[in-house]
Amino acid sequence: MTLPVATPQPPHARDEHDRTLLREMVRIRRFEEKCAELYSAGKIRGFLHLYIGEEAVAVGAMQALEPDDAVVATYREHGHALARGISADALMAEMYGKRQGCSRGRGGSMHVFDAATRFYGGNAIVGGGLPVAVGLALADKLQQRPRVTACFFGDGAVAEGEFHESLNLAALWKLPVLFVCENNLYAMGTRIERAQSETDLSAKARAYRMPAEPVDGMDVAAVEASVRHAAESIRRGEGPVFVECRTYRFRAHSMFDPELYRDKTEVESWKSRDPIATHVARLKAAGVTDETLAAIERDVADEIARCVAFAESADWEPVEDLLKDVYTPRP
Amino acid sequence: MKTTYREAVRSALHEALARDPRVFLMGEDVGRYGGTYAVSKGLLAEFGPERIRDTPLSESTFVGAGIGAALGGMRPIVEVMTVNFSLLALDQIVNNAATLRHMSGGQFSIPLVIRMATGAGRQLAAQHAHSLEGWYAHIPGLRIVTPATLEDARGMLWTALQDPDPVLIFEHQTLYNMEGTLENGGPVDLDRAAIRRPGKDVTLVTYGATLWKSLEASETLARDGIDVEVIDLRTLRPLDMKTIIGSVQKTRRVAIVDEGWKSGSLSAEIAARIVESAFYDLDAPIVRVCTAEVPIPYPKHLEDAALPQPHSIAAAVRQVLARE
Repeated sequence: MTLPVATPQPPHARDEHDRTLLREMVRIRRFEEKCAELYSAGKIRGFLHLYIGEEAVAVGAMQALEPDDAVVATYREHGHALARGISADALMAEMYGKRQGCSRGRGGSMHVFDAATRFYGGNAIVGGGLPVAVGLALADKLQQRPRVTACFFGDGAVAEGEFHESLNLAALWKLPVLFVCENNLYAMGTRIERAQSETDLSAKARAYRMPAEPVDGMDVAAVEASVRHAAESIRRGEGPVFVECRTYRFRAHSMFDPELYRDKTEVESWKSRDPIATHVARLKAAGVTDETLAAIERDVADEIARCVAFAESADWEPVEDLLKDVYTPRP
Repeated sequence: MKTTYREAVRSALHEALARDPRVFLMGEDVGRYGGTYAVSKGLLAEFGPERIRDTPLSESTFVGAGIGAALGGMRPIVEVMTVNFSLLALDQIVNNAATLRHMSGGQFSIPLVIRMATGAGRQLAAQHAHSLEGWYAHIPGLRIVTPATLEDARGMLWTALQDPDPVLIFEHQTLYNMEGTLENGGPVDLDRAAIRRPGKDVTLVTYGATLWKSLEASETLARDGIDVEVIDLRTLRPLDMKTIIGSVQKTRRVAIVDEGWKSGSLSAEIAARIVESAFYDLDAPIVRVCTAEVPIPYPKHLEDAALPQPHSIAAAVRQVLARE
């Protein structure tokens, strides 16, 4: 794959787009900070995996997708859901397990679904989403639709058989799959060197004869440029592309993780590359004022407050509906 | 029309491919090889490689791709060579196919058909011959069907393709060569068990290849004046308990024949449900004939000894009648 070339844009459009990228990353950050708070308050239960630190990946990648493209994500998918366009209201109601949630409250944090944005989970089996993404892309190819299926997964999934089977099949059949590997260096608590004989994950993808490049997953603009380039090639019918986003999660694996496996200095050093701070610096250098930045934070704070109020006032699915939708209702 | 079970399945596949452009077949060696059991022979030449897709040996991914393609608007038929191999795809079947509709709050249906060979009797030993369909029948979200007759081999596929949810079709590998006359070549329902032999003394509940062993046992018993009613379950999930209970209330005695093992099995489930709803209709304890609790052995005499056979089925019926 050659180096991505940024699409030239008029300066105003570029500024506005940069502000959108910031807004989207801030939405994810503040949404999840609120989730952590609500988890401690007992409003959100089950497992809660925060994406904080990795926002540039989902936000950058989603810019390259069209409305009728598909997304398959992992159990750490709040960021993808928000960036894809699922409303904060529907997502927060899902976190609560309420009927107005995007999965009707049945899935919770790990199982976000949304037909309107073609968001196919929220898969809590590591690697389990890859075969499904291959099939969605196969359906598009068979029906000659120029769509892309974006499949997000972590470095942990690369150790699963389904990763290798899926990359092989997608490359063999030249399917329109965008494989986005979020390499945050840890499969739960196991660092990549302790799990992978080859830690250059892009090299594994290239072994299946697909273009594969690492990109700085802490830089939203770099992710966007790389994924746009990949998506264009996929849309031209050139087969799957693998983008390895090198990133880091700032918070624990889940709310139950005491983080015994990594050094605080390592975490601090990655925090110095915070994707939001990096992008804010870029905006400031381009002349965006503190007032504009404060307005973004205010808007987001309002949205978060509204989504919590929405989730609080939403209702529970009646127990009589327990068995509903195990099977599709028949006429 | 004279035909075989294999030809009936092939003709069902042919019809589905011809009638619905969304239908395609994928699996290991379904194309150029013609299918392990020669079921799909000739389909590649007629329908081409886009619709008859040979896959790598990647059960989990080609079954998962079937799920994705179904979500994407296709009507995939995925062939898994044998039920033992389907264990490599268990994640996709149990964690995705069976759950996505409920877990998404009813937003997505998965109209996927998975066909696989099951069962013993061809000396294939312990990794090609187990009967695990009862396991799958444990899972809410799946429909499990077991065609035993030519009519069902021919008709169940089309009905399964009309189902909005995942349907697993288990074809017993000893049935492919079964010959006979196909009376009805059209679609069949997947909802009701069938009474294959009406009788008044004992109810024999079975499915798949043991249907034929049960019918053979029933003819032997008839010569001794024992009139057996044989029920072919046809669908293992959901179970048609109405037909079973109706028969039990008539005969008041039940034997269950299942090529699966006894422990934690479908036969145990059926027995429990009969006891739950018709205990006072029973005149004798329920008897079960199942595969011996061993991995299926290779040598013929041991394989035969491990499986339900007409003589062991007949003995069970005599036991339930207390006429041993």
